[in-house]
Amino acid sequence: MSALAALFMRDVRLAIRVGGGGGIGVLFFLTVVVLMPFAIGPDLALLGRIGPAILWLGALLASLLTLDRLLAGDYEDGSLDLILMADTPLELAVAAKAAAHWLTTGLPLVIATPLLGLFMNLDGRASAAVALTLLVGTPALTFIGLIGGALSVALRRGGLLLAVLVLPLTVPVLIFGVSASNAAIIGPLPFGTPFTILCALTLVSLVVGIFAAAAALRQGME
Amino acid sequence: MRLEGTGLTCVRGGREVFAGLSFSVGAGQALLVTGRNGAGKSSLLRMVAGLVRIASGRLALADADPEQTLPEQAHYLGHLDTLKSSLTVAENLSFWTRYLGGRSAPQAALVELGLDALADLPAAYLSAGQRRRLSLARLRAIKRPLWLLDEPTSALDQDAQDILARLMRDHLAGGGIIVAAAHGAIGLDGAGTLRLGAGP
Repeated sequence: MSALAALFMRDVRLAIRVGGGGGIGVLFFLTVVVLMPFAIGPDLALLGRIGPAILWLGALLASLLTLDRLLAGDYEDGSLDLILMADTPLELAVAAKAAAHWLTTGLPLVIATPLLGLFMNLDGRASAAVALTLLVGTPALTFIGLIGGALSVALRRGGLLLAVLVLPLTVPVLIFGVSASNAAIIGPLPFGTPFTILCALTLVSLVVGIFAAAAALRQGME
Repeated sequence: MRLEGTGLTCVRGGREVFAGLSFSVGAGQALLVTGRNGAGKSSLLRMVAGLVRIASGRLALADADPEQTLPEQAHYLGHLDTLKSSLTVAENLSFWTRYLGGRSAPQAALVELGLDALADLPAAYLSAGQRRRLSLARLRAIKRPLWLLDEPTSALDQDAQDILARLMRDHLAGGGIIVAAAHGAIGLDGAGTLRLGAGP
C-alpha cells in the first residue's frame, strides 16, 4: 500500500510542479469555452441550450491534452521498467497513476465548470448539474485514456494516435453526460436515468481500463 | 543462491540476437558480459530482468526466496536513469526506496555516493555523472540479491568508479550476484566472462 501511495504522491507532485501540465488542461478548457460565444454570437438562448454540450466537449479535449504524458514520461526515463519489475501489481500501479492524473487534471475541470457556465448563459442550477455530470464522467475519460496511453506508449509521436484511439471510445460517456445535464436543465427526461448510466460507464471503464492498460504495457515492452 | 540460464534464445524484431546461451553465476560471484555492439548484452540483462521475452530456454534463480519472482529480486540499472527532472535528488531516491520496498534510509545512500550536499536540488540541474550516481544510490538504498548493471561506469569519474567498485565488492561479499555488461574493466576482479556473438 505504501508503494502505491508513493507512486500517487509522486505523480501529483510532478503534475503540479513546473512543466507538469496540471494547469494546462484547465487553461485549455477555459480557452475553448471562451471562444465559443465569439464563434456562435451573442444568442443567449442558443448558448444556454448548447452550453452543456460545449462544456463537455471542452472537458473531453482538455483531458485528452494531458493523457499522452500519463505513461509516456515514465517510459522515456526508464521508470516503467522498474514499475514492471516491482512486486506491486501493474494493474494497481496504473490505477494509482490514473487516480493522480484525474486529481490533477480532471478535478480542476469540474471546479472550473461553474465559472465557465456563466460564459454559456447557464444559471446556477444548470451549472451545478453539468459540474456533477463532469465529476462523475471525467474519471471515465481518464481510465479510457489510460488504455490509449498504454497502447501508444512506445511511439514517439503517440499523442495523435492516442486521440484517434480514445475519442471514439468516449462517445457513450459524452452522450450520457450531456443528456444527463440536459435532463436537469430542460427535461423532460428525469435526471436520474442518464446519470446512473453515466455512473455505470465510469465504473466499467475503471475496471476495463486498468486491466487493458496493464496488458497493453506488458505486451508493448518488447 | 545461483542464477542459471540454459539454452537461452533471444529474438527481437524477428531477428535472432543470440541462441543457445548458457551461463551460471553463484552467490558472491560476478559475470561480465562482453561482446561487440548489437551482440545482445543489453537484451540479455533485460531478459533476466523480465523485460524481454525468453524465446526459448530456461532462466532461474535457484535457492532464492520462493515467494518472489526473479525480477522482484533484481536491481536493473539500464541506460536510462529513471529520474524525474522536477523532483529533487532526495525525492527521486526516496520515491524508489518506498516503491521498491526498501527498508534503509535513503540519506545514507546519498552520503555514500557523495550526493548529500545536492539532496534538495531538482534533478534537472544534475550533470550526467551525477545522475548516474543517483541511479547507483538506488542499488545501495534497497537491498536485493541480484544486480543487473548495463555499462555501469558510463559517465562516471574516477572517484565515482572507485565508489562503484567498492559497492560491488560489498555486494559480492554479502553473497550477492552481479551480472554486468561492459566493454572494458569495471573494477570487478575475478569475474567470469561471457562473450556474446562471434568476432572480436
